[in-house]
Parts: sequence; C-alpha cells; structure tokens
Amino acid sequence: MDNSVGLILACAAATYLTRIGGYAILSRFGRLHHRVAAALDAVPTAVLTALVAPSLLTKGPAEATAIIVSGLVALRSSVTHGVAVGLIVLIGLRLLLA
Amino acid sequence: MTLSDGSRSQDIKDGIRDVLPILPAIFPFGGVFGALAVEQGLSSGEVFLASMTIFAGASQYAMLDLMGQNVPAWSIVLAVFAVNFRHVLYSASLARKLAQFKPWQRWVGMFLLVDPQFATADTRAATHGLRPAYFFASGLLLYSNWLFSNAVGAQFGALLENPADYGLDFILPIYFAGLVMGFHKRPRFLPILLISTAVSLVTYHTIGSPWHISIGGVAGLILAAILSKPPVARVDG
Repeated sequence: MDNSVGLILACAAATYLTRIGGYAILSRFGRLHHRVAAALDAVPTAVLTALVAPSLLTKGPAEATAIIVSGLVALRSSVTHGVAVGLIVLIGLRLLLA
Repeated sequence: MTLSDGSRSQDIKDGIRDVLPILPAIFPFGGVFGALAVEQGLSSGEVFLASMTIFAGASQYAMLDLMGQNVPAWSIVLAVFAVNFRHVLYSASLARKLAQFKPWQRWVGMFLLVDPQFATADTRAATHGLRPAYFFASGLLLYSNWLFSNAVGAQFGALLENPADYGLDFILPIYFAGLVMGFHKRPRFLPILLISTAVSLVTYHTIGSPWHISIGGVAGLILAAILSKPPVARVDG
C-alpha cells in the first residue's frame, strides 16, 4: 500500500469539502425563504432518522427493540438513559433469543 | 463583546458536559477501526493520519473496506464523499447560527462537524445561542476521544475481538435513535420522522447504502419545506 497516504489525504479533502460546503453555499445568502429555513431546521431530525432507519429492519428483533426502547426512553428522560436502557435490552434479548 | 469571561468558562464546561456521556459509546467504534486498519496492513502512523485528517467514522470504515478490494482510488474517494454527503446539510443548517464565530473559527470549526457535534451544537444554538467556546470544547473532546480510541484499538486490537458480546457493535444506532428524539419539540417532528424513515428504508433496499442517508434526509427536508407556513405578518399600530 504505497499510495495509502495519498489516498487517505484525498479522502480527508473530500470529507472537509462536505463539511465546509453547506456553510460556504449558505453563507452567500442573506434572508432565507421560510421554506428553505424550515428545511434547514429539519436537518437534524431528517438526516439522523435516515441514518438510523435501516438498523430497525436489517439486524433482528433484539436490535429493532433496542432502537425503539432507546428512542422512547430518550423521549421521556435523556439520551444517556436511552443508550443505557437500550444496551441492557439489546444484551438481554440477544441472550434470550440466541 | 458583551460576553464576560464567566460565560466563556461556562460554555466550555457545558460543551464538555454535553458530549462526555457519549464518549464511551463512540470509543469501541473507534477502537475497532484502529484494530481493523492494522489488521489490513496499514501502519499505525497511517491509521493515525486517517483519523486525524478525515475524522468521520463510517466513511473511514468504508475506505478501509474498499482498500482491501481491488478498486481504483478515485472510487474510494467517491465512496467517502457519498457517505459523508450528509455533512453538507449539517453545515448548511448550522451556517445561520455562527454569527458569534470569527471567519477562521467557522472554517476550522466545520472540520469538527461529526454527527454528535452537529446535534449538540444545533441544540445549543436553540437553547443558549452557539458560541465558539462551547463548539470547540465539545468538538475537540470528540476529536481527541476519536484519536485516542483509534490508537488504543491499533495497539490492543485483540481485546476488542468480540464487541458483539457487550452490544458494542450496535451502540451507535441506539445512540442515534436517542439523539433523534432530542429534537421532538421541533415543528412537524413526527411527519418528518416518518417520511425520512420510509424513504431511507426504500432507498436502502433499492439503490443501496449509503444513499439512504442523503435521500432519506432530503425527503424529510422537502416535506418540512412543503408544510412550512409563511411567517405571520406583524400588524403594526
């Protein structure tokens, strides 16, 4: 792997491009149309949801349950509690279903 | 500046407090990357370089995976770009909230825009306003945690051989599910959640990964734009 370093740096450049890109484009605009603003406000919900959605169906019942439990606990309490309870459910169900 | 020194140290404390609980969740993910990379023949220097300059877990896994196959370099870079494309949306969303950042702080700060950094910064912007001290405290903590976990994995990879035993292989999806719920008070949360889930799943099973992230995400954004109502005109006098 002689070219590993070059490849890694190219991947780093591509990644930084995505992280600065949205800012570079948006910072050229002043006031935004309310629909654009609404879309940008929806980014955390929409993108994080899209990121996690396949984990609901592709792994198994233990994993799907853990995801839902984590979300529900986080809704009522905090993300940290959600992760803790979700992990316990996951490990427990994996043992039970194994 | 109207900000006192006190609020800056408070910002730093809050930034650390808000990401501290998730470091243990990310650590195994970083550790396994370090271990796998060394296993695949990368030197520990190359592992460190990758984590230091890329700093994007999922795409580093994708890069590693493709390096092991016989594919042209440009396609590896393209895959990394595709996996990370969601960051364009993150930085666009956050662009409106960087008023208190100097130009160099914006250009350097965006480098740190990993998923948890975006989620905590966006939440902070809504509750307190986003200041550089907060952003860099949480971002640099996530960054050093990532580098440290990779180094540990590269050195002591064997210890992490069966992460599934402790549920560690699935801790990030569990964490992201919780993160999503943190935004439940945003306008039209439920319809956005449902459409992004549906479109992400359909994309995942048709076009395939990683496009489900960007396409599922954009579907939610389009719905938010469609459902948005114009701001109520103020009646003066």
